[in-house]
Amino acid sequence: MGPVWLTLQLAAVTTLVLLIVGTPLAWWLSQTRARVKPVIEALTALPLVLPPTVLGFYLLILFSPDAPLGAFWITVTGDSLSFSFTGLVLASCLYSLPFMVQPLQAAFEALGRAPLEAAASLRAGPVDRFFTVVVPLSLRGYLTAIVLSFAHTIGEFGVVLMVGGNIPGRTRVLSIAIYEHVETIQYDQAHLLSAGLLVFSFVVLLLVYVLNRRFPMGAR
Amino acid sequence: MGALSFDLLLSRGDFHLKAAFEGAVDGVTALFGPSGAGKSTLLRAIAGLEAAEGPVRFDGALWQGAGQKALPAHKRPVGFVFQNAALFAHLDVAGNLQYAARRAAPRAGPDVAEVVAALELAPLMPRAVGGLSGGERQRVALARALLTRPALMLMDEPLSGLDMKRKAAILPLIAEVPRRFGVPVLYVTHAIDEVTRIADRLIALRDGQIAGSGPMAEMVAQLDLGLGGSRFEAGVVLRATVTGTDAGYQLTRLDLDGQTLVMPAAPVEAGAEVQLRVRARDVMVATVRPEGLSAQNILTATIERIEPEESRAFAEVFLRVAEQPLRARLTRAAVDQLALAPGREVFAVLKAISFDRRVL
Repeated sequence: MGPVWLTLQLAAVTTLVLLIVGTPLAWWLSQTRARVKPVIEALTALPLVLPPTVLGFYLLILFSPDAPLGAFWITVTGDSLSFSFTGLVLASCLYSLPFMVQPLQAAFEALGRAPLEAAASLRAGPVDRFFTVVVPLSLRGYLTAIVLSFAHTIGEFGVVLMVGGNIPGRTRVLSIAIYEHVETIQYDQAHLLSAGLLVFSFVVLLLVYVLNRRFPMGAR
Repeated sequence: MGALSFDLLLSRGDFHLKAAFEGAVDGVTALFGPSGAGKSTLLRAIAGLEAAEGPVRFDGALWQGAGQKALPAHKRPVGFVFQNAALFAHLDVAGNLQYAARRAAPRAGPDVAEVVAALELAPLMPRAVGGLSGGERQRVALARALLTRPALMLMDEPLSGLDMKRKAAILPLIAEVPRRFGVPVLYVTHAIDEVTRIADRLIALRDGQIAGSGPMAEMVAQLDLGLGGSRFEAGVVLRATVTGTDAGYQLTRLDLDGQTLVMPAAPVEAGAEVQLRVRARDVMVATVRPEGLSAQNILTATIERIEPEESRAFAEVFLRVAEQPLRARLTRAAVDQLALAPGREVFAVLKAISFDRRVL
């Protein structure tokens, strides 16, 4: 069960990091009228269209101990970024970024100005407004974003293979394990993991669609 | 208390707001004008919800302008009631009120219990806001705004989506706000019936500019004189004293400078002074006292002047009943056939009078 546990860990950490990074980014995108907005939006959406191997290739180069980022990481933490869990988290965050940012941005934009203006007129400052009005009214968006990011991270393969390799307990996640089982003609093992992933994914998506109908939206 | 001044400049595409005002806004002040005049934009600029150039002062405090960084909306001591109420859908009615109460300004003001009692919200408290009617929504929105303990209440056409019956139920509550909670109200509307029923003062806005301002009684008579109303709605406000009630016929008798008027009974005590609104189009003129007529309210009046509209069928006839002005909108043909002329004594038949229930 090593790969399953590792995969869940990776997905959970990635989702958490994305939640913290993606929220302000999505909020900024939903509010800004800056000219660079489309540029940032395009960059954010890039992982949607890019082959994971391309992303993985550049990350591998970036993470290498010879590159500034990889070297810096080694001097600070003593561990290498490439072929490590941390490197996987970083790569997953980039790879799953649009799955966090886009639903959140859509939810924030759908809110409109009314609830924010109402909160401002009730003496709530910007941070207060965000946590007491924007977040509770964007729960649908958050649910979708969290589930998609989590599920997408669980299913990733190409980036992991490029950046993480296949080190048991460190970077050997579910999709890699399945691949290896198939390569070594251990179809029973491959079946077990694949069917598990299939059922898990379906249940998660079902949950999202059921819960989605229950959340309030906007100001009335 | 309630000294407001602003000199605001704002442009949005083709629309330009250039509005300056200085004066008292105690009681209820109607910000009145036709659609597109910039009423809501002006109100939002005062609240800090819309960025505009120029100073805004209230009771000696500078909110923006004069080279100072504009105070953001959440730091201005205003309550704001939005046209669509803008209640928070993730909170129930009680939650919406608590949201405001928790952030109330540190000054004396009503608490939740008082506001709930005043606006009769107790049965609504546990309800989700999604299930409220339009009238209930606006009552909750008003309560919520009051709970922030504002120094000035701004209301942006809060009743525009309601039918006449619901409007009639809420208007007295709004008219009471200044007296009951000590907060002056700036009330945006394009509905003249709302203005005459609740406003003590009026600021008329037209094409993004202030067209005039002053106490209600002075303003109503000139509502059509470039102030944004139409001739169709023009009329006067009469002051009368209640003399008694006829319980049998359910009528209230009023004395208007020695002449008697009757109206469907209203809960006003004898001796009270009331304002009555009479539209020019609801006044007929007769040269002899009409008989066999169902209309009960016939006043003797003197014609002061007549303004014919040459390109149209109508003429405005300005009358005087004792010391009070009255207007009649007649056809030019009628004016000629009856040989109406300034100085002539006539009988004014009032087809409809609406009560402004607020006692002066």
